[in-house]
Amino acid sequence: MDLSLSDSERAFQAEVREWLSANVPTTRLASMDSAEGFVAHQEWEATLAEARLSVVSWPREYGGREASLVEWVIFEEEYYRAGAPGRVSQNGIFLLAPIIFDHGTPEQQARFLPSMATGEKIWAQAWSEPEAGSDLASLRSTATRVSTGSTTGESGWLLNGQKTWSSRAAYAHWGFGLFRSDPAAERHQGLTYFVFPLDAPGLTVRPIAQLDGEPGFAELFFDDVFVPDSDVLGDPGDGWRVAMSTAGNERGLSLRSPGRFCAAADRLVDLYDDRGTPGTADAVVDAWIKAQAYRLYTWGTVTRLAEGGDMGAAGSVNKVFWSELDIALHETALDLLGPDAELADSPWMDGYLFSLSGPIYAGTNEIQRNIVAERILGLPREPRGEARGAAR
Amino acid sequence: MRFELTDEQRGFGQSLTDLMRSADSVSVARSWAEGDTAPGQDLWKRLADQGVTALVAPEDEGGLGGTLIDLAVAFEVLGHELAVGPWIESAALAPQVDGAMVTAAAPPLAAYAADAHVARLLSGVAGEQHGSVDTTRTLTEVADPDPFDDVALDRAVLACAAELLGAGERVLADSVAYAKQRRQFGREIGSYQAVKHQLADVRIGLDFARPLVFGAALGEVPVSAAKVAAADAAYRAARTGLQVHGAIGYTAEFDLSLWLGRIRALVTAWGTPAYHRARVLDVITGAR
Repeated sequence: MDLSLSDSERAFQAEVREWLSANVPTTRLASMDSAEGFVAHQEWEATLAEARLSVVSWPREYGGREASLVEWVIFEEEYYRAGAPGRVSQNGIFLLAPIIFDHGTPEQQARFLPSMATGEKIWAQAWSEPEAGSDLASLRSTATRVSTGSTTGESGWLLNGQKTWSSRAAYAHWGFGLFRSDPAAERHQGLTYFVFPLDAPGLTVRPIAQLDGEPGFAELFFDDVFVPDSDVLGDPGDGWRVAMSTAGNERGLSLRSPGRFCAAADRLVDLYDDRGTPGTADAVVDAWIKAQAYRLYTWGTVTRLAEGGDMGAAGSVNKVFWSELDIALHETALDLLGPDAELADSPWMDGYLFSLSGPIYAGTNEIQRNIVAERILGLPREPRGEARGAAR
Repeated sequence: MRFELTDEQRGFGQSLTDLMRSADSVSVARSWAEGDTAPGQDLWKRLADQGVTALVAPEDEGGLGGTLIDLAVAFEVLGHELAVGPWIESAALAPQVDGAMVTAAAPPLAAYAADAHVARLLSGVAGEQHGSVDTTRTLTEVADPDPFDDVALDRAVLACAAELLGAGERVLADSVAYAKQRRQFGREIGSYQAVKHQLADVRIGLDFARPLVFGAALGEVPVSAAKVAAADAAYRAARTGLQVHGAIGYTAEFDLSLWLGRIRALVTAWGTPAYHRARVLDVITGAR
């Protein structure tokens, strides 16, 4: 075991650190879920992209620098240590881009990736439906084949139905999600992966205020929204496999990099130095230890991936741990702040409210624990109730 | 950058596991608890022949010059297979190149000397002897023990953390096996979320304690951080394991009880969680 970095990794780290210290805004940007903050965060993405730092692991032709997994972790560590802004483009670059790289056509890659890398186009996910949350495969929004649905004469699909909890959709430009294209198929079959502009005719976006009051997500209503064949990712009917194909791989790391927690734990220790009481010490120590555990665990994951392993169900172990750590860390900070904790617009309160979503999104922690128990420990599956929404 | 055991390290761990299983280390532990230490002495010698007590002793002193990673690998196995005898003292605190069984008190970390009824006490005057919640451990009061340096003490704490990790892994494995086999209300109890989620949490706890143990072996984090996390994870494994087993787990006859006692003892041995949290606090606030 050896955690030392190579000379080129160290050089990359130095470059990133230097650039961030010169360029990270000195004042906090407004929330990316406010109209003003969204634009400010987009501008920050453009600044990052000019330095080829917005998507370091991507190929050069799409704005990246082909960074290794180790370098990606280094970048993330430096990024959060520098207190740089949240990534308004994260759903696109972390969740959608891996799908486009693996399943998109060269035309789709050329059309979507560059503007994603610069933050010019922001992407929103459209997975959940009012009746399909944890049980995503029961989704009911439909895609119906049409031969000539648009003015261009291109054949395609008409989307109908409703999506909800669509992060960033209030201000984003494009969406991506699964629709049922074959109503006769089994639950996980007959789904197709679509991308679509959020200003398409027939598509209504209704923003929903989150706990912090900002419209961080939205409902999407589809009323005969035409999508051409060129905006299908992968094969029609193969959407579930396409969507899941990258869910457990190395980019599964990307959802929460260790840099976030180490930087937050360091700020927590600073806060303790400033306002600590004996009663809060243990919680501060535990948060610091767990952030270190997450950092070291990630290096283990990086090693396995670099040697050809895959993430597998370990991504679920990871997700439960970081989401609970994030909440514990922020709760401890609020304890330290005492009566000031409840003051609105403090970074710790913003972080706390955001952390509360962690055990819910990207697959609730109950679903993750099922995966850990069934796929890693090999415990028997719980008998399923009757499937709803989809034909049997 | 490589944060994984080498094939050689894995092989070393596997060879110790094989040796202990072929010797039926659990029966050996039961005999030891009942006062018949002969099988334990025999197994000790065989493990010592594999270099366990000499592992981290310097080569120029006749040791194997192994790393703290190697030490952690060995102690994870010792915990998993329920080794008996003063291994932490003889292989980590004061490594014995000749395989001797030695013990010591090292207050405040180790208030008593373990197994002084069979091991040579390195310093001080032996006093009253006590039983432990871990029926395989005998605790002896020691007057005027010589102090150990921090390097030796840190090695002992690391070994204890690795042993806890191994013991926790064993309890989880046995509890999962039981939850797959035991049926109630017409299906395996491990199919119920109330059971499987608890076991998943044990898996998660151990998965994140492990990198701290090996990270501490590399000097990336204080050994105290590893001890806190390993004790928490193993103790969670013990509590959950007992709950999953139900009444059969609460019997002395069932082997689970041996690991429950071992884990409970090691949670506070070699520094309580409170002691080690205070040490971590000193490091993270002092270093700033």
